[in-house]
Amino acid sequence: MPSLQVNGKQVNVDVEPDMPLLWVLRDELGLTGTKYGCGISACGACTVHVDGKPARACVVPISSVEGKSVTTIEGLSANGSHPVQKAWVQLQVPQCGYCQSGMIMSAAALLEQNRDPTDADIDAGMTNLCRCGTYHRVRAAIRAAASQA
Amino acid sequence: MNANFSSDRRSFLVRSAAVTGGLVLGVRFPGEALAATAASGVPEVTHWLVIQPDDTVIVRIARSELGQGTFTGLAQLVAEELEADWSKVRAEYADVNDHIRRNRIFGSMSTGGSRGIRDSNKYMREAGAAARQMLVTAAAQEWGVPASECTVSNGVISHPGGRTTTFGKVAAAASKLEAPKEPRLKDPKEWKIIGTSPARFDIPDKTTGRQVYAADVRLPGMLHASVAQVPVFGGKVRRYDESKITGLRGVKKVVAGPDWVAVVADNWWRANQALKAMPIEWDVGEDAKVSSASIMQFLRTGIDEAGTPVAREDGDFDAIAKGAAKVIEAEYYNPYMNHATMEPQTATAVVTDDKVDVWCGTQNGEATMAAASEAAGIPLEQVYVHKMHAGGGFGRRGPHQEYTKQAVIIAQQMRGTPVRVQWSREEDMQQGRYRPVSLVKLRGALDAQGNWIGWHVRQADQSIVSTVRLPGIEIKNGVDPINTRGFSDNPYKVANFTNEYAMRNTHVPPGFWRAVAHTNNPIARECFIDELAVAAGKDPYEFRRPFLQGRKDLGVLDAVAKAAGWGAPLPKGVHRGIAVVDSYGSFTAAVVELAMKDATTIDVGRVVLGIDCGYVCHRDAVIGQIEGGVIWGLSALMHEEITIENGRVVQSNFSDYPLLRLSETPLKIEAVLVPTGGFWGGVGEPPIGSLLPALVNALAAATGKRIRTLPLKNHGFSYA
Repeated sequence: MPSLQVNGKQVNVDVEPDMPLLWVLRDELGLTGTKYGCGISACGACTVHVDGKPARACVVPISSVEGKSVTTIEGLSANGSHPVQKAWVQLQVPQCGYCQSGMIMSAAALLEQNRDPTDADIDAGMTNLCRCGTYHRVRAAIRAAASQA
Repeated sequence: MNANFSSDRRSFLVRSAAVTGGLVLGVRFPGEALAATAASGVPEVTHWLVIQPDDTVIVRIARSELGQGTFTGLAQLVAEELEADWSKVRAEYADVNDHIRRNRIFGSMSTGGSRGIRDSNKYMREAGAAARQMLVTAAAQEWGVPASECTVSNGVISHPGGRTTTFGKVAAAASKLEAPKEPRLKDPKEWKIIGTSPARFDIPDKTTGRQVYAADVRLPGMLHASVAQVPVFGGKVRRYDESKITGLRGVKKVVAGPDWVAVVADNWWRANQALKAMPIEWDVGEDAKVSSASIMQFLRTGIDEAGTPVAREDGDFDAIAKGAAKVIEAEYYNPYMNHATMEPQTATAVVTDDKVDVWCGTQNGEATMAAASEAAGIPLEQVYVHKMHAGGGFGRRGPHQEYTKQAVIIAQQMRGTPVRVQWSREEDMQQGRYRPVSLVKLRGALDAQGNWIGWHVRQADQSIVSTVRLPGIEIKNGVDPINTRGFSDNPYKVANFTNEYAMRNTHVPPGFWRAVAHTNNPIARECFIDELAVAAGKDPYEFRRPFLQGRKDLGVLDAVAKAAGWGAPLPKGVHRGIAVVDSYGSFTAAVVELAMKDATTIDVGRVVLGIDCGYVCHRDAVIGQIEGGVIWGLSALMHEEITIENGRVVQSNFSDYPLLRLSETPLKIEAVLVPTGGFWGGVGEPPIGSLLPALVNALAAATGKRIRTLPLKNHGFSYA
């Protein structure tokens, strides 16, 4: 039975070894903040952090995260106080919002690796899809979060 | 399980939230908010609002929050006339069942056609004004003074004698009063809340994962279903072999409809894996021979036929063309496109002996209710639709409710058990209600001075209205009144104009795709006008102006041209395009600046897009819709195309139906708001109409090459 840390808590999950992390989070642990968008690692709606690095949970078999530490949008901060979340509210980034958990997790990971990303860094680091078209504000909010960090 | 559902649904939901809580920080059911206020025992002042003893004002919203900001915007309209303290204003969905039981008291629940604010602003403002009068009357009666002597500001009612009270203290008394029928509304000059940008109600939960979409509904004992529908539209299920998946872990049941098969399991991934493993054969018929090539030939017959229905005819184009100095012609083609909402189509249903509960992100609560009622075979009054904020709409979640019906049909076979249907991305891509294909032939005539003296438009496309019936909209004389928009109602004052319409319907189901006919017709129209300007040797902005005199289109065109610095020198290698398009009651214009990094790489550096929507309700949401509309349009132009082979959709995911990415987004998107007042126009769709042709016109200016078939990727182009 795979054992892993999710948002700081140790959890054991009795599932098939090839079940993607996404479905363990959503349908076994009830952590629905991480979204299903494509199932093929193309859209990024399911982005979480595995040992601090961004990962697309829809293509991560649960067996591959045995003993690792997973952070989801619910665990990014206790109350929405992460600088990226604050910048997202300040600049009123989300529209429908369905992609935004993944977008925020990608942005948080980007800023963790690069405190002052250039436009080119943001282009390269933010490959998540948003159908409402919030990219313009996503870029601005990453800059705002970088300046506050 | 049944025990849970025979009890009061409000307490059930409270319990279900507790049960599914687990690691979840918080669970919010926006659809249950009305039930929550009703359960609190505080009487509504009117059906539109409840004021709690702590002065919290809860405004009921009949339209749907799709990310456009309608939850906040509609509340602003009420709060303005109510003289509410905005910091105490909240919003909740008007309950669909309550709506039906009260003779459709909340008006339209449809959220499409950019109608949320423009069609409900009057009755929402009146709701605020009526409630204000009732609250003042209640206070005045308590004090024994004339209501006319009282004043209201920020949720506080005052009398010159020195007495004051708050809304919350008199709301219960006010609720017993008759609502005034036609309350006086403020002069727009007096507005303090309308036209501002209060923080949107829906945003905080969308940054923490707490927002519960339909896909996130979790109920005790709930099962998950994945659905396969016949890949050739109109076909049927022939047979499927359930034995191949019997005994697979977590698989509970297989349910089939006439043209779909679903696997139900305790985890959506297990349901989907089993569905993929189950052999299914389909009866597909003659439509399996249809391809994009055959559809193109079919459209061509519409361009070439005689006796085509006429949507509009002014003057005599053929006569004027005979004597013209120059006549040019061109053909424009636009492909099928899919909505591709980020949240694939989803609905959860519970069916018991006496009622159906449905949780759904919908653009029309009543349409969802009707679909559930039809699927379950029970009256509307026994259907409870719990509206969830939708993970994108764009026209996909309105009249089309197949997923709702599937959820109800499956749940009906598993009475008492909640069943959550979620389509896979592949299913969502291949079972769309697509922006129809269109082929348009245009001819235009110029006189010796290069003046535009006539034009002729022949459309061949797939009618939306022939498949999707909307109240009050009919096909007349073979003309689809929606598909001809942009031509039949074009703003140009050119004496000789003919618009013909050749309906060419295929088996591919069409739908309303954000901006609908204004996603294709403006490209043909505004790009062809640029072609005329080139033929006349004139500047495309100056060429248009004389034919827009007296129209609001001219005002926004001039404002955008000025903001963009039209005519001023550009840096070396940078080129511009312009377009002006009205739609959904608003007037827009766009200027796009781009440079070619090489022969095929387009660097879109700046977009200036202006709108005259009459009055602005939520200013920042209008800007957000312009930004989103620009990105929607850039995505469509470059990337988006659904093709058909063997009667079925070729594309299956974002790998072969890519959307625009952040890296392709212009660094400068400038919104120009020029509201001229006196009317309320739409906002969610109009910006797209002018963005599309402005970019294609800029590309022609930069390359000397006129692109007339989309998407651009088929010509080898990409964005930098």
